[in-house]
Amino acid sequence: MHKISVKINGNAYEEEVESRLLLVHFLRDKVNLKGTHVGCDTGNCGACTVFLNGKPIKSCNMLAVQADGAELTTIEGLERDGALHPVQEAFLDKFAIQCGYCTPGMVLSALALLQSNRRPNEEEIREAIEGNICMCTGYQQIVDAVAHAADLMGQSRS
Amino acid sequence: MSATNFIGQSVKRKEDYRFLTGEGTYTDDVVLPRQTHACFVRSPHAHAKIRKIAKDKALKAPGVVAIFTGEDIAAAKVGGLPCGWLITDVNGAPMKEPPHPVLAQGKVRYVGDHVAVVIAESIEQARDAADLLETDYEVLPAVVNASVARAQGAPVLHDIAPDNTCYVWGIGDKAAVDKAFASAHHVTTLEFVNNRLIPNAIEPRAANAQYSRSDESYTLYVANQNPHVERLLMTAFVLGLPEHKVRVVAPDVGGGFGSKIYLYAEDVVLTWAAKQVNRPVKWTAERAESFQSDAHGRDHVTRAELALDREGRFLGMRVMTTANVGAYLSTFASCVPTILYATLLAGQYTTPLIYCEVTAVFTNTAPVDAYRGAGRPEATYVVERLVETAAREMNLEPAEIRRRNFIRQFPYQTPVALQYDTGNYEATLAEAIQAADVAGFPGRKAEAAKRGKLRGLGYACYIEACGIAPSNIAGSLGARAGLFEAGEVRVHPTGKVTVFTGSHSHGQGHETTFAQVVASRLGIAVEDVDIVHGDTGKVLFGMGTYGSRSIAVGGTAIVKALDKIVAKGRKIAAHLLEASEADIEFTDGVFRVAGTDKQAPFAQVSLAAYVPHNYPLDKLEPGLNENAFYDPTNFTFPAGSYVCEVEVDPETGSTQIVNFTAVDDFGKIINPMIVEGQVHGGLVQGIGQALTEACVYDTDSGQLVTGSMQDYCVPRADDVPSFRIGTKETPCTHNPLGVKGCGEAGAIGSPAALINALTDALGVRDLEMPATPQRVWRAANKKAA
Repeated sequence: MHKISVKINGNAYEEEVESRLLLVHFLRDKVNLKGTHVGCDTGNCGACTVFLNGKPIKSCNMLAVQADGAELTTIEGLERDGALHPVQEAFLDKFAIQCGYCTPGMVLSALALLQSNRRPNEEEIREAIEGNICMCTGYQQIVDAVAHAADLMGQSRS
Repeated sequence: MSATNFIGQSVKRKEDYRFLTGEGTYTDDVVLPRQTHACFVRSPHAHAKIRKIAKDKALKAPGVVAIFTGEDIAAAKVGGLPCGWLITDVNGAPMKEPPHPVLAQGKVRYVGDHVAVVIAESIEQARDAADLLETDYEVLPAVVNASVARAQGAPVLHDIAPDNTCYVWGIGDKAAVDKAFASAHHVTTLEFVNNRLIPNAIEPRAANAQYSRSDESYTLYVANQNPHVERLLMTAFVLGLPEHKVRVVAPDVGGGFGSKIYLYAEDVVLTWAAKQVNRPVKWTAERAESFQSDAHGRDHVTRAELALDREGRFLGMRVMTTANVGAYLSTFASCVPTILYATLLAGQYTTPLIYCEVTAVFTNTAPVDAYRGAGRPEATYVVERLVETAAREMNLEPAEIRRRNFIRQFPYQTPVALQYDTGNYEATLAEAIQAADVAGFPGRKAEAAKRGKLRGLGYACYIEACGIAPSNIAGSLGARAGLFEAGEVRVHPTGKVTVFTGSHSHGQGHETTFAQVVASRLGIAVEDVDIVHGDTGKVLFGMGTYGSRSIAVGGTAIVKALDKIVAKGRKIAAHLLEASEADIEFTDGVFRVAGTDKQAPFAQVSLAAYVPHNYPLDKLEPGLNENAFYDPTNFTFPAGSYVCEVEVDPETGSTQIVNFTAVDDFGKIINPMIVEGQVHGGLVQGIGQALTEACVYDTDSGQLVTGSMQDYCVPRADDVPSFRIGTKETPCTHNPLGVKGCGEAGAIGSPAALINALTDALGVRDLEMPATPQRVWRAANKKAA
C-alpha cells in the first residue's frame, strides 16, 4: 500500500492505495466521484478523461500512485457557484447528450481544446474529440456544441 | 399556437443536467451496504468439454466469499435462459431450442461462455481468485461460420441439433415466385454477407443484486432496456421466484442499441448468488467481456434475386439467407432474422411476389440477437442493393427505377404479411434528391476525376416496421410475450404530474419527449411533469424499449391514461362549475363551461379531487390517478430516402463521405432536436457497419480476433461527416399522436446507401462490408488493371 496525496476539484485527499489501483478507480471508488466513467479499459474511448495538472488524460491509463502530488479536475469540478461551465451549457443547448455516459469525458476534452484554440473549426473539433467515443449521437450535435461553447466562452470573457 | 402546446418544439432535455455534472446514476455507480464483487470465469475455448473444475486453491485466496460453477447451479435447479419467440420450421416442427445454462454444464460453446463466478470482498480479490480456479478442458473442434456448420462432418454444438440447424423458415408463395422469375425480362442476382457487429454500448453491461432475508425479496440493479420483461423471464422461467418479491431497477443506462434487451446469464447468477451469500453481489463487464458476451448483431449470408419486366417493374423477389445465431438462442434471436427481416423485403415497392427462406444455424460464437434495426437493416440492404444494381444493369436512373415501383395507394398489403397504413415515398425521395444536389453530381464527379479521385452516388429508400404489434397477431407468429405498453398518470393535488411509463430510456430522452406530450395534453408546463421509468417497484408494468416503439406504443399508453384523467376532470369541473358535463370544454389547461366565462383551471380540479369537500362523492371516487395499457392495432412504418456521395482515393483506398443526406418520414415529431440526434446516431452506426466494423472470429480456433476497441473499429468524430437531415410528416393513422418512431432508421438505411455509392464510384458490382481501405483499394486497383 502507498500513501498518496492529491488535490481534486480544489479539495485535498490523502489515501492509502494499492500500487495496482488505476486512477479512474481511485476517483470512482475511493473518492466516490462517480462522474468519471470506465468505457473500454484500454485507453480508447475517453469516458475516463480527467484533467491532471491542467492537461486532459485518460485516467484508466494511469495508476493512482502516479498521480501522487497532482491536481485533478473531474466533471464534478466544472461548475462555478452552482452555474454550469459554458461548455456544459453548450452541450445542454445543442442536445449533445443522449445516454450521458461519454459526456463527462467529452466535455473535458472539448474544454481542453477550447483552452488552446479559442475558435476551432469543424475539422479541428472533430480531431480534438476523436479520442472520445460516443456511440449515441453520431457526434454532430457534440461538434455543434463545442462550436457553440467557443461562442459562449468568448462572450463570458468580454 | 397554444402556449402549452409543446409538440414539435425542441424543448431542452430534462435529463441533461445530471449527465453534465457527473450526477447520473448508472448501475456501476450503485454501491450497497456489505457489497461483494463478482468476476465471471469464462471459457478460453470456442468449444470444449469441461473435464474438471477445482475450487480449492481459489477458495483459499484472500477475500473470497464464494465460488459457484455449473454443478452448483444444476444442483440448485436454476433453469436455463429462455427464448422469447418460437419459430416453426418449414416442415412444421418447432425450432430447436437447446438448453442455455447460466453457467456451463459439461461443455462450453463459445469463447466467453460462462463457466464459474467468483465472489469476493473486492473486485481485485475476485479477479485474483479467478486466476487460481483450476479448469481442465478437452478442446473440441470449433465452427464459427454458418455455412460450414451445416456441412457434413462439422463439429456439433448441441445434441438436439445434429446438423447445427435451429430452423429453416420460409415466407411467401415459392411456386408463384419461381414462375415470375421464369418469365422475367431481367433478373438481378447478388450474393453478400451482412457483417456481424458487436453493439458496444459505451456503458458496459452491469448488475448488482441484493437479497433481503427479512421479507425474502430481491432487488436487481441492471443495465437493461426492459426491466419488467427481465423480471418476468427471470422469475417465471429461470429462478422460479415469486415475481412480486423481485424488484428490477434499470437506472441511468448508457446506451443499449438492443444489446441490453435480453436476460443474460450474469443477471440470473448474481440474483441467485445474492441469496446464497446473503450479501449484495455486483458485476460490471470489462470491455473485453462485452465484446465476448454481449449479444452480437446481423451475420447473414444471402443470395438475393430480383425479377423485372422490360420497364424495370419488379415482378418478384427470391431471397435465401443463412443466419448465424451463435452458440445459444438469445432472448429474441429467433424472430430477428425471420419475422423482423423477411416481412420487410417489400421495402417501399409494389413487388407482388416475394419468397424468403431463412436457415438459422448454431456456431461456436457469441449469441446473436437484435441490434439497432434488428432484421430491418439486413432487409433494406437486400432490397436496396438489388434495386440499385438492377437499375445499373438495365441502364435506368436509380431514382427512376424506384419511382416506377413505389407504393402509392394506402393502406397497402405486402406479399410478406405486413400492411402499411400510410407513406409518401415520392416526397422523401424528391426532397433528398434536391437536398443532395444530385443534379450537380456529374460536375462534382468530373472535378474529382481531375484530382485523380473517384466519386460515386448511391441511394437507399428504406422502410421499417416499428412498435411490433398487435400482441395476438405476434402471438400467432410465435411471440411468447405481449407487445403492449403501460402508462400511469398520477396527478398530485397541486396539479403537478408524475407519469410512470413502461418504456425505458437509455439515451432517447423520454423524460423530455414524454413530458412534452403530457404537458401539451394537460395544458401545463413541461417543468410540472416528471417521467419515471426503469423500476418495477414504481412502474405498474412495461414491455420496455426496443424496435423504436417508445413513443408510438409507450407514448400512446400515456395518452390513453391522460384521456381518462381529462374525462374525470371534466366530471369534477362540471360539479365545481355547476354545469352539465357535456358542456365542459378542456383547452390550455382550463376546464370551461362552453359559451360562458365560468372556468376551473386544471390545478383547481386536481385539488378538488384530493380535498373532496365540494365534490360529487356519491358518483365519483376522489383522487386523480389513471393508468392505461395500449396494444397497437398495427406496426408503424417510418420510411425515408438517403443519398450518399463518396469520394475514393484509389491510391490509398480511403473513402470520404462528402455528403450524406437523409430525409425521413417519422410521422408527427414531438422534439425535433432529439429526433435529429437519433438520426445522426443511427447513421453513424450504419456507416460503422458499412465502412469500419466487423466482428471476426478465427475460423480454426474460434477465438474472437476483434476483442477490444483496439481491434474493432467503431466510428470516431473525425471518421464521419455532418449530415443533411430533412423530415416529412405523414402521420401514422392508427395512434392518437400520429407518431411512428425514429430510433433505428439511420442504421437501417445507411449501409445500403454507402455501398451503393462506393460501388458506383469504383464501377464494381459489389463490395463486401465493411468496405475497409484495403477492400476499397483492391477494388479500385483491380479495375484499373
